[in-house]
Amino acid sequence: MSQAVYLDCNATAPLRQEAAALMVQVLEETGNASSVHGFGRRARQRVERAREEVAALVAAEPGQVVFTSGGTEANNLALTGTDRSRTLVSAGEHPSVLRAREDAELLALGSDGLVSLEPLSDAALVSVQMANNETGVLQPLDRVVAAAHNAGALVHSDAVQAAGKIPIDFKALGLDLMSLSGHKLGGPQGAGALVVAEGVTLSPALRGGGQERRRRAGTENVAAIAGFGAAAAVAKAELEGYQALAKLRDRLEQRLREIAPEVEIFGLEAPRLANTSCFAVRGLAAETQVMALDLDGIAVSSGAACSSGKVEPSHVLRAMGVEPELAACALRVSLGRHNTPEDIERLLASWTAHYNRGRKQTSAA
Amino acid sequence: MNSIDPVTAKAASQATDGLIYLDYQATTPTDPRVVEAMMPFFTERFGNPASIQHATGQDAEQVVETARGEIAELIGAEPREVIFTSGATESNNLAIKGAARFHRANRPHIVTLTTEHKCVLESARRAEREGSELTILPVQPDGLVDLALLEETITERTAVVSIMAVNNEIGVIQPIEEIGSLCRAKGAYFHCDAAQAVGKVPLDVGEASIDLLSISGHKLYGPKGIGALYVRRRPRVRLQAMMDGGGQERGLRSGTLATPLCVGIGAACRIAKAEMAEEAARLERLRDRLLATLTARLEDVCVNGAMERRLPGNLNLSIEGIDAEALLASLPGLALSTGSACTSASVEPSYVLKALGLSNEAAGASLRIGLGRFTTEAEVDRAAEMLIAQVSRLRS
Repeated sequence: MSQAVYLDCNATAPLRQEAAALMVQVLEETGNASSVHGFGRRARQRVERAREEVAALVAAEPGQVVFTSGGTEANNLALTGTDRSRTLVSAGEHPSVLRAREDAELLALGSDGLVSLEPLSDAALVSVQMANNETGVLQPLDRVVAAAHNAGALVHSDAVQAAGKIPIDFKALGLDLMSLSGHKLGGPQGAGALVVAEGVTLSPALRGGGQERRRRAGTENVAAIAGFGAAAAVAKAELEGYQALAKLRDRLEQRLREIAPEVEIFGLEAPRLANTSCFAVRGLAAETQVMALDLDGIAVSSGAACSSGKVEPSHVLRAMGVEPELAACALRVSLGRHNTPEDIERLLASWTAHYNRGRKQTSAA
Repeated sequence: MNSIDPVTAKAASQATDGLIYLDYQATTPTDPRVVEAMMPFFTERFGNPASIQHATGQDAEQVVETARGEIAELIGAEPREVIFTSGATESNNLAIKGAARFHRANRPHIVTLTTEHKCVLESARRAEREGSELTILPVQPDGLVDLALLEETITERTAVVSIMAVNNEIGVIQPIEEIGSLCRAKGAYFHCDAAQAVGKVPLDVGEASIDLLSISGHKLYGPKGIGALYVRRRPRVRLQAMMDGGGQERGLRSGTLATPLCVGIGAACRIAKAEMAEEAARLERLRDRLLATLTARLEDVCVNGAMERRLPGNLNLSIEGIDAEALLASLPGLALSTGSACTSASVEPSYVLKALGLSNEAAGASLRIGLGRFTTEAEVDRAAEMLIAQVSRLRS
């Protein structure tokens, strides 16, 4: 697959070389991080080093980081682990937040993808993601936190798509809980974290040996955690350079508008991640676009990867008021540091050919 | 990433400053062949297995399904009956709490043993706090379940019976086929925590009438952070999921699958299936050699738990008059433990040994020794000499 163009980094990002190298080393080391002997202590050091690196990426204390098996587990733990009953979640959240509680109430999104703040005045637990996985829209978390804390509510933010893509200051934001995922920032699949502020009590979902200060039982996934830490450290160092991806993304969107003036680009009016573009052309079904691009060796998606087997239009776009017919045409392009201007040109060439075929069929009909 | 020379990698996994690792029940080294199988999926083949719309994702999906098949093959299951989890702790939590929550209205009762792993006991207690009725049965002095007592205990109101295949501290092998029959007769699910058994002793979910079976990657020379739960399809086992989200794994376990870890546990199962019989015979011989040396040269050493029904590489010994913690502290070159790794830092005597009827003193004089795939005869002999010398010194 060396010729392939991978433009689906919000589904999973390529593993960073630094993470891979460290993981290979750690995989060859024996040791259960809870064992008291030398093998165990070495494994423990690996885990604690990673805890520091992950904490540093988001300006949290290492003691606030609870390692989990990934973002889904972190979100489920945050939503079900606190003692708060009334839960408000934004309508554009990832399914692992939306479905974590059956009693959660929805906060509406505006057409720009931003969450409405008014209902926060009587919340108990509020969950608003930092960046949306489909549109890249960044939520005004400082205002969410201010409104929720005014009401005495706890605030959780799913920062899985934001970490490593924008600077995050957990303390300055005043968040109570924040979810992270390793594989979305160049670490391995199988490691994530929930960052928990001081004074927030959590009832663990996984019970057993009492690891992670009794907040998450299970033998620590030392290699994946070490890889997550290494990826977090590199992501932190490269954070400034990451914003340059916006140039590639903006170039893509500018060319799309030239080729197809009717194109709708979602979340354009809101602040967005530098790497994400979500757009639709009416009548050009997302599924056939994805397949046509895949035949040309270009990987994009029609929405979130977990639900890409299904054909339902994106709940995120629906929450922004996009009609179902148009939402069913939405394509997500999510870039990574490996992408080049040539990748964008290949995408545009393939997409334009597909677009022109579609137009010919429409005019012939 | 070049492929790893198995010999070099094996040497690296062994070479922690010449230490002897005899703690294979805490965790096993990742087999170099497993590491090699995982390697491509850390780098160029990095897709999300749920991204089935494009080739990168399809590649990941295919290898994940191959791995699922390899796990299924080892335990006599169908591939689609295997759910990937983050490890045995999650598998055990999902099996017990998931079954208790789903069936609470009609079958509010759950049964387990005092000697189960902490994550089984904690999950069962959690279910009890949520409204289930919990029976925790004692074991016999040899660590085995009392089948007559178990038969009396299981009723038409029992949702799930959770009994491990092999104990993590004393290595005893429970009579799972008999347990399975008792459960089946009453329509209760048989959940078997087989983290210590899979890949080490023969196990077949059909023969043992197992409905739910927990597997750990890192206990069978695979990676940490991955495990599996076997969930029977016929008759269908119903569980309430713990993690909601994208609906992966038949809706029972949401979350992006870790492709390299899935590949790793699959490879570990494939290797175990091919080599289990030979490896078990070798470990049993080494284990018996170690025990013979120790008992020949040290007085008052006794084995905890049934010797004739035991994991080949496991020993659990009480050495009378010795403080096991102090003994281990004085032997920094030997990586052993006094019990479960999760509770290593605790000063409490092992609850497993207490359940066998050992006094606090005898439990505090006990060592868990775990031999495994990379243990050599020379290491076993050296460990025996180190233990004998130090025990003799402490006793004199």
